[in-house]
Amino acid sequence: MFIVNYIKDVFTALKSLAIGLRRTLFYFTHHNEIITEQYPDNRATLRLADRFKGEVVMPHDANNEHRCTGCTACELACPNGTIKVVTKFDITPEGKKKKAIDKLVYHLELCTMCNLCITACPSDAIKMAQTFEHSVYDRSQFTKVLNNEGSKIMEGVE
Amino acid sequence: MWSFSNIADTLHTWLHNTFNATLAKFVEMVLVGVCVISLFAVLGLVLVMMERKVSAWMQIRLGPNRVGPKGMMQSMADTLKLLVKESMTPDGADKFLFNLAPYIAMMVAMLLMAPIAFARNFMMWNLNIGVLYVSAISSVSVISILMAGWASNNKYSLLGAMRSGAQIVSYELSAGLAILSIVVLTGTLNMNEIVLSQADGWWIFKGHIPVIISFIIFIIAVTAETNRAPFDLAEAESELTAGFHTEYSGMKFALFFLAEYVNVFIVCAIGATLFLGGWMPFHIGHWDGFNRIMDLIPSSLWFFGKTFFLIFLIMWFRWTFPRLRIDQLLNLEWKYLLPIGMFNLLLVTAMAILGWYF
Repeated sequence: MFIVNYIKDVFTALKSLAIGLRRTLFYFTHHNEIITEQYPDNRATLRLADRFKGEVVMPHDANNEHRCTGCTACELACPNGTIKVVTKFDITPEGKKKKAIDKLVYHLELCTMCNLCITACPSDAIKMAQTFEHSVYDRSQFTKVLNNEGSKIMEGVE
Repeated sequence: MWSFSNIADTLHTWLHNTFNATLAKFVEMVLVGVCVISLFAVLGLVLVMMERKVSAWMQIRLGPNRVGPKGMMQSMADTLKLLVKESMTPDGADKFLFNLAPYIAMMVAMLLMAPIAFARNFMMWNLNIGVLYVSAISSVSVISILMAGWASNNKYSLLGAMRSGAQIVSYELSAGLAILSIVVLTGTLNMNEIVLSQADGWWIFKGHIPVIISFIIFIIAVTAETNRAPFDLAEAESELTAGFHTEYSGMKFALFFLAEYVNVFIVCAIGATLFLGGWMPFHIGHWDGFNRIMDLIPSSLWFFGKTFFLIFLIMWFRWTFPRLRIDQLLNLEWKYLLPIGMFNLLLVTAMAILGWYF
């Protein structure tokens, strides 16, 4: 029946509009839900969402040790050549040669924060930090070496 | 007691005692003009601020909060910025029409102020065909939009203006039908008499279901007529940059912007007058004690309270609903609002004849 469908249409439309209006009215009357961060004023108490990704970092522990084996999985996973792994060969006490990283070069200016390198890493050596104030005066400062000076691989990470 | 009509009467007698009749009339006209212009300025500032705050709170944001206490001076700062900006006229534009269009938009908004009853015994022009005058003059506003769109010599502007033409012309019909249902019930076109007819209850309560239906149709139609979201196809930002006022800048743009907000105020004032009793306090039938308590609140406060409630409603729509497509827009008008409005008018007429209202 045309007329029944017509009236049904009108009422479903009114109902769905009312649902939308109720949602916005709820937000209008609940100011404690406001998510705006008044950024430069509340720098100390800034709350960032968990999913926010600022830059790639390599965590080091107290003994200046990292977990990176130099497998280059992150370099292969990166879609736009942001990461460059420079490897070297360490001599272990037993006299065997072991692959390790010399430098893990990271180009912040090329990075799109896609997180593919972090998911590709088999030993959880790199992670995303939440820093975001990246402005510098010279673009060469965007090229960062992620491993610290004189750092070495953690015991037991293969 | 303090009221607008007392002030107006005192001024009137003083002017007539001091000057001769012609000069007094002239001075009164000038005063009314100044009052309308200052009301425009205040409305522009207040409504822009209100819109920005309402939109912010509905989107879980803070809104402007830097200029002045709680950001209340933000619209002042914006006005200052617009005043000092250059009003450009593009080379390819039809200069005369291009510069004329914003003034026509403002003039229409000013003319519409005339028959509105702002408070008890306080209106500019006690016009016996007030409602007809309003619906006639409001259709002139489409001319300013078409003029702006055509004279800009810009594809976006022209498309926006053409959409706006189709929209305003079609939605005027259902707004007219909704207004007509109240005219049928009151039997008068005079705004003041329509308000006086609601002394024992507002029409939205007295006329129950049919009047509520025409109120909903009226609100939808005037939202479309004032080119506000969800019917803002004329200036759809995502498709047409700014529609008919793409080429305008500085004060000429501000005039269009102001005209939009003043039009919103006017249609809400008319809606409040027709359906919510205008300046008439909230009265219930013959409860004299209750009615007398309600009378203690000044009538101007009632009028502005109701008008701002309706403005809030329209802002609420704007920040909730997504924009319609042009075919959906015309479908809504010609397939839904107009048939329902006509049927509803029939219902209201039957109700008026048989006396089935309170």
